[in-house]
Parts: sequence; C-alpha cells; structure tokens
Amino acid sequence: METVEINLEEQFQARIDADVRIEPKDWMPDAYRKTLIRQISQHAHSELVGMLPEGNWITRAPSLKRKSILLAKVQDEAGHGLYLYSAAETLGASRDQMLADLHSGKAKYSSIFNYPTLSWADMGCVGWLVDGAAILNQVPLCRTSYGPYARAMVRVCKEESFHQRQGFEIMQTLCEGTPVQKEMAQEALNRWWWPTLMMFGPKDADSPNTAQSMNWRIKRFTNDELRQKFVDMMVPQAEFLGLTVPDPNVKWNQTKNGYDFGEVDWEEFWNVVKGNGMCNKDRLGARIKAHEEGAWVREAALAHAAKRKQREQQEKSAAA
Amino acid sequence: MNQAEWPLWEVFIRSKQGLDHKHVGSLHAADATMAIQNARDVYTRRMEGVSIWVVESVHVHASNPDDSAAFFDPANDKVYRHPTFYEVPDSIKHM
Amino acid sequence: MQVAPSDTTALSAYSPEVRQHLFQYVLQLADTSLILGHRLSEWCGHGPILEQDLAMANIALDLLGETRSFYQYAAELEGKGRTEDDLAFLRVATEYRNPLLVEQPNGDFAATVVRQFLFDTFHFHFLQQLQTSSDERLAAIAEKSWKEAAYHLKWSSEWIIRLGDGTDESRQRLNKALANLWRYSGELTTPTATEQALQTLGIIPEYTRFQEAMTAHVAKVFAEATVPVPQETYMQRGGKEGRHSEHLGYILTELQYMQRTYPGMTW
Repeated sequence: METVEINLEEQFQARIDADVRIEPKDWMPDAYRKTLIRQISQHAHSELVGMLPEGNWITRAPSLKRKSILLAKVQDEAGHGLYLYSAAETLGASRDQMLADLHSGKAKYSSIFNYPTLSWADMGCVGWLVDGAAILNQVPLCRTSYGPYARAMVRVCKEESFHQRQGFEIMQTLCEGTPVQKEMAQEALNRWWWPTLMMFGPKDADSPNTAQSMNWRIKRFTNDELRQKFVDMMVPQAEFLGLTVPDPNVKWNQTKNGYDFGEVDWEEFWNVVKGNGMCNKDRLGARIKAHEEGAWVREAALAHAAKRKQREQQEKSAAA
Repeated sequence: MNQAEWPLWEVFIRSKQGLDHKHVGSLHAADATMAIQNARDVYTRRMEGVSIWVVESVHVHASNPDDSAAFFDPANDKVYRHPTFYEVPDSIKHM
Repeated sequence: MQVAPSDTTALSAYSPEVRQHLFQYVLQLADTSLILGHRLSEWCGHGPILEQDLAMANIALDLLGETRSFYQYAAELEGKGRTEDDLAFLRVATEYRNPLLVEQPNGDFAATVVRQFLFDTFHFHFLQQLQTSSDERLAAIAEKSWKEAAYHLKWSSEWIIRLGDGTDESRQRLNKALANLWRYSGELTTPTATEQALQTLGIIPEYTRFQEAMTAHVAKVFAEATVPVPQETYMQRGGKEGRHSEHLGYILTELQYMQRTYPGMTW
C-alpha cells in the first residue's frame, strides 16, 4: 500500500515538473488538494471582501463616468470571486463551507482590505497600487499547475488589466488637477504604500509554505521576489505622477539593478492578519450580515424551484 | 446548511455564430432559467457570447483518469486515420 | 455606446416653450434612472448571493448608461453650457424630477424586487412606445434602453414569482413590500402638465396606450406568484414635480458630496 502511494506521488511530481496541468479528477496528494483549496478560497474571499472598500465609494463617485467605471470594476470583483469559488469547488469544497470558514475567521483574505478607504484618491490608489500588486501575484498563476485555477486566473487577469489602468487614470487626473487634488493623491499614497508592500506576504524566511508551493507550481515566485518587482515597477510611476513614495530609503541600486527600500512594519502586518486592522470587524461583519440576510432569499428560490419541478412532473404523469 | 445551497451548474458559451459551445466555468442557481440568466450576467459581461448552455453539474459524467491509458493510448498507433499518412503523387490535384 | 448628438437644426425646430418642456422632461427621465441606479448600486457587495450581486450591478450599469444619454441630451436642449455632471450633481432636491418610487430605500431584497418590478413594468412598455417618438434623439435612446429594460423586467418578474411562490417567509416579505410600495406605482402613469404638453405634440406616448398591457403583465406575474394584485389605494405623487419624500435628501448628500465639497474640479 505504502509503495503504491509513493509511486503515485512520484508520478504526480513528474507531471508537475513536466508542466502538465492537473485536472479535477486526477489523483493528487491530499496536501496538494488542501493547499489549493486554502489558497484559492483565500483568493476568492479577497475578491469578495475586496468589493467593500471600493463599493463604499460608488454612491459618492465624483462624476457619472467615474461612477459607471467604479461600479463595473467592483462588479468584476464579484465575478472574479465567483470564478475562483468555482475553481475551488472542482476540488470538492462547497461554497457554503468556504463562506462558513470565512465568516468564522478560520479562512483568511487579503489584509489590504482591512484598511479604510477615506478619500476619492483611495479609489485611485486601490486600482493603481493594490490591483498592480495583485496583478504581479496573479499573472504567474495563469500558469499554475492546477487546470481550473489556471483557467480562472486567465479570465481574471484579462479583466483585471482595466482595473489598474482606471486607478492610474484617477491618480493622474488628480495630480494634474488643483493643488487640493494633488494633496489628496499624495495623502492617499502615503497611507496605501506600506500596506500594499505587505500584500506580498511575510519575508521568504518567515514563509514556511513557500518551498512546497513552489515545488508544486502553485506558486511561481517567492514573496520577496514579487515585492522587489513591485517596488521597481511603482517607484518610476510615482515619479511620473510627481508623487513621493513615503519611504526615505528608496534608492536606485545599480549593482542589483533594482531599488533598495525600507523595512515593512511587520508588527503592523501580523496585527492586521490577526484581526486588529481598522476594518477587520466591519468587513467581516458586512459579509456575515449580507449572507445571513440573504438566507431567506436563497431558501425561497430553492423552494420555488422544487415546487415548479413537482408541478411539471405532475403534469407529465397526468399526460401519460 | 448544505441543503440551502443552490445547485452548481456548468456553463458553456458560444462565442460567435458558427463556433461550438465551450466550457467557461460554473455558477450556482436555483433553477435552469436562473442559471442561464446568471451565466449571462457572470460570463458575458464583455460580449463574450451569443448563446449559452447550462447543465447541472451532477448530470455531467466524465471519463475516469485512471482509464486514460486504456481509453486514449490505443489511438496512438492508428496513423492511417490521418490524411498525411498517405502519399499522393504531386500531379494529382484536388485531393 | 452613447447616442450621437442631435444636429442643432433639429433642436431649433422646437419653439422655446416646447424646448423648455422637453428639457424638463428629459431631466425627469435622467433623474429617474440616476436615482434608481444609485439605489441598486447600494446593494453592490451586500447581495443575498454573489450571482445576484452581479445581476443587480448589471441593471444599475444599464440605468447609469441611460442616465448619461438623457443628461447629455438635456444639456443640449438647455443650451447653457451645463454638462451631464452639472445636471446630475449640482441641482437642489426640488429640481429633481424622478418619481417617488425610485427614491424609496432598498429595504430587504423583497422591497428592492418590488420597486424594480413596478418600475420595469412601466419602463419597458414606455420605452417600447418611445421608440416611435417624433423626436429622433429620444427614439434612438429608447431603442437602446428598451432591450436592456426587457432584461430587467424578466429579472424582476421572475423574482416576484420566486418570492411569492417560494416559502412562507418570502411570501410575507413580498406582501409587506407590496403593501408599502404599491402606492408609488400610480405616479408613473399619471402625466404632469409637462408630460401632457409633450403627449399632445406626439413627442412622448400617451400612457393610456400601454396601461392595459402593463395591467395584464402585472396580473400574469402575480397569478404565477400566487399573490393578489393589491387593491386600489391612495396613490402618492409629487416627485415628478419636485415634491419628494425625505429619502431624496440623503441620496443627494452622498451623490453630490464630491462635487459640492470640491467645486469646479475635474475628476
């Protein structure tokens, strides 16, 4: 029995190494399945909770055009959450169970959404920085080893590209606007810069799951690699906007062909992960409320579907 | 709680007239009508489709990956099924 | 996506008086879609299930698109250089011309569905007729929006049926929502002086023309939902003439927040 198991694992790893996609009914190690469910559902939860900080500005958007764009964007996030829950469901997880884990606090979502959105410029920063960071994480996942996850990510990335651009456009409009608007943009950047760097997760040395995930090609770059990439990408963009990144240690380093930058406040990071962010309680509370208040609606639709089916069957048997 | 979950549906979309329906993902819906509408709202927000099929996931039966050798390998050596297996003199046209 | 501007000769064919009526009326149409779209967008992230979040956002986006087409036309009719955003964000409450129904709060999902159903029933039949308006611009906007409204009506009609013929709780909630919102349905088809003037000129359809079709649709859906059509009751009105419920003020407080706080800026 033991040897068969080992053989399967070896075959499995050989397929991964050969970049063959794993599909739902294929044999996979239990740990691979569990890790994927955790990662995909966490990602789905992030999309779901991620609707809240931006959704909160839809009714206050400053122009009809911006309002339409923002609503379409937040709606996309609902769509992305849905694609991802679907991918996780192919592994045998039910959406209800995943949501129950989110609501109980057992499952996590991206901590970035536990920061408040306080001004219109935050809509710019969330699109430009937060979605920019998300894209860096997500693009490699289009080649992740699990087929349904990879396909969901292809769809997500395709749609996501407009998100970052609209965010940048908001920032650019503010920076080219009045001094008040420029100040709004800088103030938002000051608040969002560090939390965005935290989105890539703990330092590699403190990230125990990274090695296994890289081996399974569920993850394709380490946290620190992505963080470096992000800083290299964003510092010139901030300069273009005429904004200052709130880190006095940002400095071009010719030898490593990248920017040096300061240390993330890891105490804050772990605090927000543990639930002590400004909005942890509000965000989760809003999700739980929506789910609980929607229960009767979901039940009604099921009850109606059952009644309808029964009637159709009765009609059929009456006709026969 | 599982009782209250809407069933899962697989969604197939024809992206344009003349092409076949392709599997795009899944979603939850209480009934078929709703499944089609949800598919429209979820999977065709960017003009991705002209026609939608939905099938309740429990009705999809799939081949077993364990059988894949028995199922699919035997086709490997039937090269004579492919037109390139046959040599046709250059002077013959329209074949 | 937007309907092309009218050439100025078409606009100058209207007398100043008619043009003023038309301006007021197009504002009414724009305000109506804006306020209902605003209400629906409040659901975003809070719906009963993810799939319905997407559905409601789609409807809201359709309404916002329609809103913009109407405001752009209104701005041209007025001819004073105001933009769609000036009209949407910088008027006082009494100048908004939306009917009372669309400013009513979301309440529970049943209230939202009832509000939507009552509006969609009117909107669908109205736009169907408006497509033959002598005003080409209105006809063009109607043609585009009517297809959207057809989908909205399908969505809200099916939900009325599901909630009515679902569980005891959903039925109770539906009936409660109907008892509360039915009194706002009459305003939709009760013409104001402005509407009457435009109906006489054949620019917009007489509402009596499709009243029967509306009643028939409501009866059909309610029969399937196994709930009685509410009895005649006193119909509230006033929104279309700028006399609103208390709810509109709060909507405008949010809607106008940015434009009022930072006047004259580009976003």
